[in-house]
Amino acid sequence: MKYIFPLLSILMFLLQSCELTTPAAPQENELLDGPLEGLSMEQQTQFLRGDIAFNDDIFTVEKGLGPIFVSNSCGSCHAGDGKGNPFITFTRFGQNDTTGNHFLEQGGPQLQHKAIPGYQPERIPSGASSSDLLAPAVTGLGFLDAVSDADLIALSDPDDVDGDGISGRPHWNNIRDYVAPRPNTITKNGKYLSRFGKKGAAYDLLDQTANAYNQDMGITSLFEPLDPYSGLEEDPEVNTQTVNDVVTYLKMLKAPLPRNQDDTQVKAGKLIFSQIQCAACHTPTLQTGHSPIEALANQAFHPYTDLLLHDMGPELDDGYTEGYALTAEWKTPPLWGLGLSADAQGGSYFLLHDGRARSIEEAILMHGGEAEQAKQGYVELAETEKQQLLKFLESL
Amino acid sequence: MKIFTSISPRPIRVVSGLLFLFASASIQAQGLDTLIQRVSADTSTSMLNMDAVYNRPFLTVEKMPVALGGYLEANTLYQSEAGVSEGLSFQARRLTIFMSASINKRIKFLSEMEFEDGTKEIGIEFAALDVSFHPALNFRGGIIMNPIGAFNQNHDGPKWEFVERPDVAVNLLPATWSNAGFGVYGKTYKGDWILGYEAYLTNGFNNNIIDNEASKTFLPAAKENERRFEESSNGQPLLTGKVSIKNRKIGEIGLSYMGGVYNKFEEDGLTLDEKRRVDVVAIDWNTTMQKTGTYIVGELVYTWVDVPSTYTQQFGSKQKGVFIDVVQPILKKSIFDWDNATLNLAARFDYVDWNLGTFKETNADIGDVLWAITPAISFRPSSQTVFRLNYRYQWQKDLLNNAPAKSASWLFGFSSYF
Repeated sequence: MKYIFPLLSILMFLLQSCELTTPAAPQENELLDGPLEGLSMEQQTQFLRGDIAFNDDIFTVEKGLGPIFVSNSCGSCHAGDGKGNPFITFTRFGQNDTTGNHFLEQGGPQLQHKAIPGYQPERIPSGASSSDLLAPAVTGLGFLDAVSDADLIALSDPDDVDGDGISGRPHWNNIRDYVAPRPNTITKNGKYLSRFGKKGAAYDLLDQTANAYNQDMGITSLFEPLDPYSGLEEDPEVNTQTVNDVVTYLKMLKAPLPRNQDDTQVKAGKLIFSQIQCAACHTPTLQTGHSPIEALANQAFHPYTDLLLHDMGPELDDGYTEGYALTAEWKTPPLWGLGLSADAQGGSYFLLHDGRARSIEEAILMHGGEAEQAKQGYVELAETEKQQLLKFLESL
Repeated sequence: MKIFTSISPRPIRVVSGLLFLFASASIQAQGLDTLIQRVSADTSTSMLNMDAVYNRPFLTVEKMPVALGGYLEANTLYQSEAGVSEGLSFQARRLTIFMSASINKRIKFLSEMEFEDGTKEIGIEFAALDVSFHPALNFRGGIIMNPIGAFNQNHDGPKWEFVERPDVAVNLLPATWSNAGFGVYGKTYKGDWILGYEAYLTNGFNNNIIDNEASKTFLPAAKENERRFEESSNGQPLLTGKVSIKNRKIGEIGLSYMGGVYNKFEEDGLTLDEKRRVDVVAIDWNTTMQKTGTYIVGELVYTWVDVPSTYTQQFGSKQKGVFIDVVQPILKKSIFDWDNATLNLAARFDYVDWNLGTFKETNADIGDVLWAITPAISFRPSSQTVFRLNYRYQWQKDLLNNAPAKSASWLFGFSSYF
């Protein structure tokens, strides 16, 4: 009997303490991943399905991986929904002007540089220009997708009419057969305003997702039925429902939340950001239009991008391009989540399109072309002002 | 993950039939208590880890040459990661049934059939014929447990103070890893010293170890190959060998090796790939400190896998892992009228690195590593039954070596021979 009371006491204590002894949830603004606020229960179920397909669905040989590929799952390139690490680099090749990719017959545009056992991966054909690209963060894509074409066109200044040296232009590109244009889409000479990808060549998230299954993992679908190795049409290796779930998941991922917004250094840095013209391309605020996902509709949000193409100068010109972008042109990458990038990249920064910049400051100093003036503005700042600007960028 | 043979109701029917016959024979005669005798496990110091398969409690009926036994384990689990919990679960982890028969004084048969997670996974983990020519030379054939490390052969739940099996045993090595094959084993004694050896050729691994949904080099994925009891995946035998030495006053240490070609490199005379090897070395040890009664057991494992250079670096070519259990009896007396009941405090340390090395592109360390500590309290009303309360705190880093995901689990359960 003398053991019963102590035993029951211990058990009661343990039952009470289960939650106290388990790891606490991190602050919401310290995480890149997670769903939008305000999703309905049905949408949360869809989100969950897409989350599993994106992060947990690993392709094996039996499930259709390859035979040549870049990686075996979506999540392996976008760890924690964040930016990629150079250990998985997407190498694109075969196009150096707006006349199209001349190496499609030789495996272009994406290099599948891995292969399942018994197969040899692709190599870049002689004479083909190429560019290495890191996977982008995928958070907040639903907001970017829901900005109207008209809003983006309003931000553009292709002929630099205002004379500020910055001439962002929309990427007018062809769209794939399976892509449905947005409501109120605007066309120009039969081309559509594309906005995803480093060169802004992908029209929407279905285009991006179906192509990634195919070109990154060698997985065929009804959307992209050609096997990258054989070039032949194959039975779908991922079903349409799963592709759609992933697209929905990407749309419903929350936007990265800023941190330390009341910090005086951060506030000062934010002012400097505008003063030295960073904000001319990295537009702080955009507005969504109509969206079937209510939580995305008619929202002001803060991605720090204009989703337009800008000439970034010769140092960032790899001699490769996509669609109708020029080789020196890159789509302005969103800066939201920048301060959390390293947390998903193995603890240190790999910035710019190929990860060549190992710090935010290095990334600024590698800007050129239309951003040359902003870079000079940064160089001429006092040391304290530079630190304020960097603190602001880290707070995003 | 445990799938050994086809999941059909046939094994259930066979076992049910045997149990029925066994029970019928008993009832037809006299009272059960006098008929059924319990043969306890041998707790003498002459046993090595390799003897674990026979060193279990069995029930026998008079002079019948057949003995039955088994164990059952079940537990509750409350787990949480980063503030998110799936709540409380109840798990019926294993029902294992042993059946042994003495065909002759020197010919024995033993089988171990396991029902895991209810009837989700049913497998024959061991079913072998042992023929003794000499204590130092015995033949074993059938479905055998490869003697790599110690846990693979000595995994009965009631022997351990922890609900979870060691990570190195089940997430680096594929415990319980058994295959069809043949081999020899033996023991020799001199004073306080015992020397044992085992050597087997069996079917082995397949391409799954570098092509699986764990997205890592993962030897346990080979267990998904249900046909390994039927035929080798590549026609190349897997060699497993172990040497153990024990001093009755100090403890036991074992050195084991397992290796062979794992991939299907040709079929129908056509070359599909180069021959690729997997090699595993393990050191295991166990000792009981005579002064304090502290029991220490552990296992250190290294693996080398030939992964094609053109494959993704997610699949590592070198791995290592270790576990160490320390068990301290703190009460050994009559408790709740159980004579010789024991209360233990225990702790386990787990560590597994599935991908040793650095990324080619950045020279940064590759992650894919896990470590955990598990303090435990165990209560043994008898040596064959254990109640266990475990708290496990785990850190797991992803491939890129990002900050570890932290998770914690409370587990309470029992495991008992019957």
